[in-house]
Amino acid sequence: MNFFVELKEGLAIAWDAIRANKLRSVLTTLGIVIGIVTVTLMATAIDGMNRAFRKSISVIGADMLYVNRTAWLTHTEVEWLKSQKRREITLEQANAVAKEMTLARAVAPVVGMNQSVIYKTRSSSSVQIMGSTDQFLNTSGFSLGEGRFMTAAEADGGRPVCIIGLDVATNLFINESPLGKKIKVGPRSMEVIGVLAKQGSFMGMQSLDNEVIIPIQQLLIGYWRNPDFQIQVKVAQLDQLDEAREELRGVMRKIRRVAPGDEDDFAINQQEQFITMFNRVAGTIAGVGLLITGLSLFVGGIGIMNIMFVSVAERTREIGVRKAIGAKRRTILLQFLIEAATICLLGGLVGLVIAWLFTFLLARALPVHLSLSVVGLALLVALITGVASGFFPAWRAARMDPVDALRNE
Amino acid sequence: MGTETIHALRDVSLDIQRGEYVAIMGPSGSGKSTLMNLLGCLDTPTSGLYELNGANVSDMDDNQLAEIRNREIGFVFQTFNLLPRSNALRNVELPLIYSGMDAGQRKQVALDALTSVGLGDRIHHKPNELSGGQRQRVAIARALVNTPSIILADEPTGNLDSKTGEEIMALLEVLSEKGNTVFVVTHEEDIAKHARRIIRIRDGLIASDETKSKGKGV
Repeated sequence: MNFFVELKEGLAIAWDAIRANKLRSVLTTLGIVIGIVTVTLMATAIDGMNRAFRKSISVIGADMLYVNRTAWLTHTEVEWLKSQKRREITLEQANAVAKEMTLARAVAPVVGMNQSVIYKTRSSSSVQIMGSTDQFLNTSGFSLGEGRFMTAAEADGGRPVCIIGLDVATNLFINESPLGKKIKVGPRSMEVIGVLAKQGSFMGMQSLDNEVIIPIQQLLIGYWRNPDFQIQVKVAQLDQLDEAREELRGVMRKIRRVAPGDEDDFAINQQEQFITMFNRVAGTIAGVGLLITGLSLFVGGIGIMNIMFVSVAERTREIGVRKAIGAKRRTILLQFLIEAATICLLGGLVGLVIAWLFTFLLARALPVHLSLSVVGLALLVALITGVASGFFPAWRAARMDPVDALRNE
Repeated sequence: MGTETIHALRDVSLDIQRGEYVAIMGPSGSGKSTLMNLLGCLDTPTSGLYELNGANVSDMDDNQLAEIRNREIGFVFQTFNLLPRSNALRNVELPLIYSGMDAGQRKQVALDALTSVGLGDRIHHKPNELSGGQRQRVAIARALVNTPSIILADEPTGNLDSKTGEEIMALLEVLSEKGNTVFVVTHEEDIAKHARRIIRIRDGLIASDETKSKGKGV
């Protein structure tokens, strides 16, 4: 008897046995259903979390380096306090970096602040005002919805112009184009020359659409004389990121006259820091989460094992008859393994359907959908649970002595 | 449960020819069940030799025994031992499934066997939808279906009324006349007298072994 035939016969027998004990099968399967639901939801949630993170982190391009006075992810309070005492990064330093970097595609100085923005009777409070140059369009990765971005000449002084984010545009302008209109950014009046396309938010917190971008000179003259700059550097080639960072570090040390042997009085930040931190946190959450939900599956598996022992005991005589008629050990073993696996797979399928329904609830919080890999994994886990928990009872059945089994009443 | 070894059978030496119709008789505890288990290749002797069709069964492992049983032995039990959830056809197909026959041929062979015991019109009935006699016929069809060397019937009439029992014995007799080797294990003289050779077991020994001349049985 070849394996395929054994499988087919085993499935037919298993189906009969499951149907013959409907209530029992349902109750047994329940453990697996719950196990698969929790494991699947946990895997989906983790998947969604990763997805949300990756989507957010793409705002910080992989090819970007950010020079700040402080590191984004300082580890201790002492470190942070120390970095607060450092000298500001100035526009001159930013310009020097732009001039000296050979591995950079674009360099932009950026300063941010909050102001309220007013157009006629409508106003938006607490809008992020970004002062920068024409290069900002390259370094930020923002794209323009309509109008144009500022020119280099506009950045260096000249006219009071601004580019507004989509939220600002929809808040202030109803049924009219913002282009060419003058809005009040804080105390000063600026002409809208462009509107950004929708950017979304960063890490689900800070909206990137509630922004107004103004020429850096306008910001220095009108709002803030000596701000602390961030220098955004987009590297020319992604595979030269490390070289570019070293070059940037050298340039910064030279510009800020850091003595050899002294440590940097600035920090170079990049996407990787976030990714490293996220992976560490996400890895822990995934490990703990799957362990806990895996426990419920384990309990379900114990239930299957228990009921399979009962099933084997009940059918001792049947096993005896099958053996007398010519069933080999392997055949009997397979029969009960298939029965256990079938129960678990059915449980897995039901669990997946329930989990799929739950993902719609979950989708309100995270960008989740039940991915094909999770479905495949869940079914595989269900199958493995069935085979693992069915093995011991099936082994007992396979090893029965036909004479004893036939004598069983 | 002692540790003392009990020999259920001792010094049993038998030579049975193809086509014989043999009754094995003896009171309970006489060792006739053990003899039947040995003959049916359900068990192997602790010492001694059992040759079936020239093959030495005594040294075989579990899987080889299963194969031998499938090919060479057809069992008929006192309690029928049909699979309760399967219909008559599927019960009869079972030995063929284990021997690896393909599905189409299997169905035809099983159908033929059921027809030969007079149940061609009951193939889709489950055991609980059949009478005792019909169940035993299904069991006989199952025993026959693999054309075994031996049909081994253990108290085949024990759970049947005497009239049905006679019908079953008549059926076994027909099988014997067609050239099948038939063993009937029983403790009833009435049943044993159908056979042409009667072996009586007492206390693990062969007490008597008589063969009637042909044509004398019923």
